[in-house]
Amino acid sequence: MFEHYLNIFITTVFIENIALSLFLGMCTFIAISKKIDAAFGLGIAVIVVCLITVPLNNLIYNYILREDALIWLGIEGTNLEFVELISYIGVIAASVQILEMFLDKYVPALYNALGQFLPLITVNCAILGASLFMVEKDLLFVESIVYGFGAGFGWAFAIVVLAGIREKLKYSDIPEGLKGLGMTFIIVGLMSFGFMSFGGISL
Amino acid sequence: MNLKSYKEVIIKPLVDENPITLQILGICSALAVTNNLSVTLVMCVAVISVISFSNLFISLIRNYIPSSIRIIVQMTIIASLVIVVDELLKAYDYETSKKLSVFVGLIITNCIVMGRAEAFAMKEKPLLSFLDGLGNGLGYSLILIGVATIRELFGAGTLFGYEILPLVSNGGWYMGNNLLLLPPSSFIIIGLFIWFIRSIRPNQIEVDDFKLSDHSTSPNLSKRELNV
Repeated sequence: MFEHYLNIFITTVFIENIALSLFLGMCTFIAISKKIDAAFGLGIAVIVVCLITVPLNNLIYNYILREDALIWLGIEGTNLEFVELISYIGVIAASVQILEMFLDKYVPALYNALGQFLPLITVNCAILGASLFMVEKDLLFVESIVYGFGAGFGWAFAIVVLAGIREKLKYSDIPEGLKGLGMTFIIVGLMSFGFMSFGGISL
Repeated sequence: MNLKSYKEVIIKPLVDENPITLQILGICSALAVTNNLSVTLVMCVAVISVISFSNLFISLIRNYIPSSIRIIVQMTIIASLVIVVDELLKAYDYETSKKLSVFVGLIITNCIVMGRAEAFAMKEKPLLSFLDGLGNGLGYSLILIGVATIRELFGAGTLFGYEILPLVSNGGWYMGNNLLLLPPSSFIIIGLFIWFIRSIRPNQIEVDDFKLSDHSTSPNLSKRELNV
């Protein structure tokens, strides 16, 4: 049993890394990776939000939206899948907002560290993408917790590594036009070529 | 508002303020959907329509949105538009819709849509916002179509599925570059695009945080090394 969950975790972190293999959350991935500190803070925030929203969306999908899901209420023949997107993004926006208020009230130290990144996360496609892939893979509730954590962890891992490379890159002599954004794109390309080599592993 | 500013909001995002190469918006979908030109075109049309109409509607109600809940309001409008596009696509072009899979849904979190709503549509008049959406959508499409053309032409030797460069495997002379068919290659192509654009428009070049001094070694270095 434990092995099964470990497999899901390893697969989401390395083989199907949400940033470098599926290319989600790229905008913040490239924009906020100049410094390791900021990248680390954003990474932690993404892990927390993924861990909350993916299982929540899993419950919503399995008990409300999917075909015949309302059978526990005694209603048959329903299919609410067309409101999938709007309910997921609603859950994400609401939980980010609640998390922000909760941290502000009870854990001010963490709030000050994460504060500026939390609103950014609502529009981070890694979070919505994780929920959509969770539905596509048809995961059970406990599996979705592991998947949510793995997806967030993989993204955080990738952004911290990129920030490390970019910090070192400040000392190198790059052609004028490639400085900054252009070079970052090429590095991310090379990194994801590297991550493709995990693709052959079967667990 | 005169005619000139209408023209400006459409032309500017094409090269001077391109959403992908300068504003760092909407990169995610630029990568995954560009290995095939016809799929890319469908994606571009979807993004252009969502971004223009979301700008229009948000601008229409901009004076009635309380600022504390504006993100959720914008999200709701964008998500509804994306659902409409998604359902239309499933109804009329099911094959492409399968290929795009989750990426149509991910237009909701495409930061161009959100970014333009926040930066432009919340302040400006409806018609102008609509055109700004159109311009930014076109700027996005320009890069996407460029990347897709390079990837499909040199990767598979075809455009829109028609053979342009006959492949060796089909008795022709062209050896397809399989590297270009892999998704990460689009990062490198976009990187080169940025280099190209910034060579024409040097004002977009980023300023260094600090510069290396002309003397690359400090004058005391040899002395310190001796002490060690």
